[in-house]
Amino acid sequence: MASIQIEKLEKSYGHVSVLHGVDLDIADGEFIVLVGPSGCGKSTLLRMIAGLEDVSSGEIRIAGNRVNDLHPKDRDIAMVFQSYALYPHMTVAQNMSYSLRLRNIAKDTIGAAVAAAASKLGLDPLLERRPKALSGGQRQRVAMGRAIVRQPKAFLFDEPLSNLDARLREQMRAEIKKMHGDLKATSIYVTHDQIEAMTLADRIVAMHGGVVQQIGSPLELYDRPANLFVAGFIGSPGMNFLASTYAGGSVRLADGTLIALETVPALADGESITLGIRPEHVVIANDGSGMRAAVELVEPTGFGIILHLSLHGLPFKIFTLDREALNSGKEIGVRFPAQYLHLFGTDEQRIA
Amino acid sequence: MKRSVLPTIAHRLAILCYIAFALFPLFWLLKVSVTPNDLLYSEGVRLWPSRTTWEHYAFVLQHSAFPTFFKNSVIVAASTAVVVTICASLSGYALSRFSFRAKYLIVALMLLTQMFPLVMLVAPIFKILSPLGLTNSLTGLVIVYTAFNVPFATFLMQSFFDGIPKDLEEAAMIDGATKFIAFRQIILPLTLPGIAATLGFVFTAAWSELLFALMLINGNSAATFPVGLLTFVSKFSVDFGQMMAAGVMALIPAALFFLLIQRYLVQGLTAGAVKG
Repeated sequence: MASIQIEKLEKSYGHVSVLHGVDLDIADGEFIVLVGPSGCGKSTLLRMIAGLEDVSSGEIRIAGNRVNDLHPKDRDIAMVFQSYALYPHMTVAQNMSYSLRLRNIAKDTIGAAVAAAASKLGLDPLLERRPKALSGGQRQRVAMGRAIVRQPKAFLFDEPLSNLDARLREQMRAEIKKMHGDLKATSIYVTHDQIEAMTLADRIVAMHGGVVQQIGSPLELYDRPANLFVAGFIGSPGMNFLASTYAGGSVRLADGTLIALETVPALADGESITLGIRPEHVVIANDGSGMRAAVELVEPTGFGIILHLSLHGLPFKIFTLDREALNSGKEIGVRFPAQYLHLFGTDEQRIA
Repeated sequence: MKRSVLPTIAHRLAILCYIAFALFPLFWLLKVSVTPNDLLYSEGVRLWPSRTTWEHYAFVLQHSAFPTFFKNSVIVAASTAVVVTICASLSGYALSRFSFRAKYLIVALMLLTQMFPLVMLVAPIFKILSPLGLTNSLTGLVIVYTAFNVPFATFLMQSFFDGIPKDLEEAAMIDGATKFIAFRQIILPLTLPGIAATLGFVFTAAWSELLFALMLINGNSAATFPVGLLTFVSKFSVDFGQMMAAGVMALIPAALFFLLIQRYLVQGLTAGAVKG
């Protein structure tokens, strides 16, 4: 196991720059999730750590050693691919032992390592099968097994669960988390699925357009998103944003409604800001108070209900556990509790 | 689900017609090769002679230089196939996986070589090989055939490499393999169908090549069998029986070869590599 430092890392293909100066310090044993929409550079960053992409500038250090110019094989890392990348002409056991065989490790040591990994993942009955005789979930397990047979300095995961169905994904997610608890291995996990990010990570690195937007614990990102992008990306359904202006300790919405703030930010009156509130934090006012919003669509999810509203002519969402919401009429009243408000400036950064 | 019978019958009939059409020349070859000389012209057009004989085969094997031609052809075709396949595997892999300067220039040049009628090149090639002492030698033929087959075989192999996910090599490299070991242990075994196809293609091309064999070789000692077949054409007559018997025997290695590799040709070895 080892720590990983990334400093001012940049990547460009010709004139196209895809990573703009990424800094990241990963502690020994930490589980880091890189999350962001497709094309944000998260996979490129992972592949650079693995050594599959060249570094344009900046530095990567694994366990204190600069690895920029090391081949993947000399970096002592393991990687789980989205496509699993199992060797089709080898059995499960051969797939798992390949890395050890390349290192000329004694046969009985290899056998023991493969057996240990196989029993951890429940692969014992499948060891002699070829990948094509396995189901998607089993292939995914073999890919994990291939990574854990040797003790690498770090595990890299490149969207390992995105080819699985929802049920299996849930199960594997829990297994990955449990495995990390057992092995305490430094892990970097790339995903576009924010549920995976929230559930697995010690710290999440939210990326957008090749720039790190925020690094923090899952709840930090949820509770205090650093900017509009993170606020909108983390959480499902996504946060509602309303254009508004600041007015002496309150926020004035487009229709003139004033909402009092808990704390007074350092803003001048009349400054335009974006007000954010999560759908699950909006309170439905049945007593006729609050702002009026037209109900456009009701989506029951079983667990709760998503209401698609139109507030001041703009789309607005509410998530509620109250089944009463199913019977809401054409219009409902909504209130925004002050402690759940997020304010963002014109530069899209968080104010309060 | 019940399918209507008529389209199925029509379908089978069409295939049957095609097979009959494609195989008829082969059947005629066989038929003539077992027809005794005295019946060849006297019986008219018949599907099978009233009397068959093996005498043409016996004559070809015992009294002609056919065994030498045959041996030469095997040497030339097999060497060409092996050399071309090795070169094409390496170059096809490079074209599939690496980006390097002048890549497209090289591709364009290789395509260019395929555009000329070979007849145009006979004289210059003779001129080049002659001072090197490579005319009238099997080595010379192998070199010429290799040169002409490598471009196409390269493109063929490239398409097979393109079909193998890049993830596999990357996984191997992370597992601790160098690029070359990943190529040899992971990619090459998966390309066996492609290699078999390339071997087969080049083997048959070299096996049946006539133009250069005719122009670069004189005398029987280094002649390949397509040239040898022409020895059955004399000034005043053609020994059809013997020629066809030689032809049937010449088919055997090619047929055996394909029998050997057809398992790889039809087998999709990459199944199960990645989520499909």
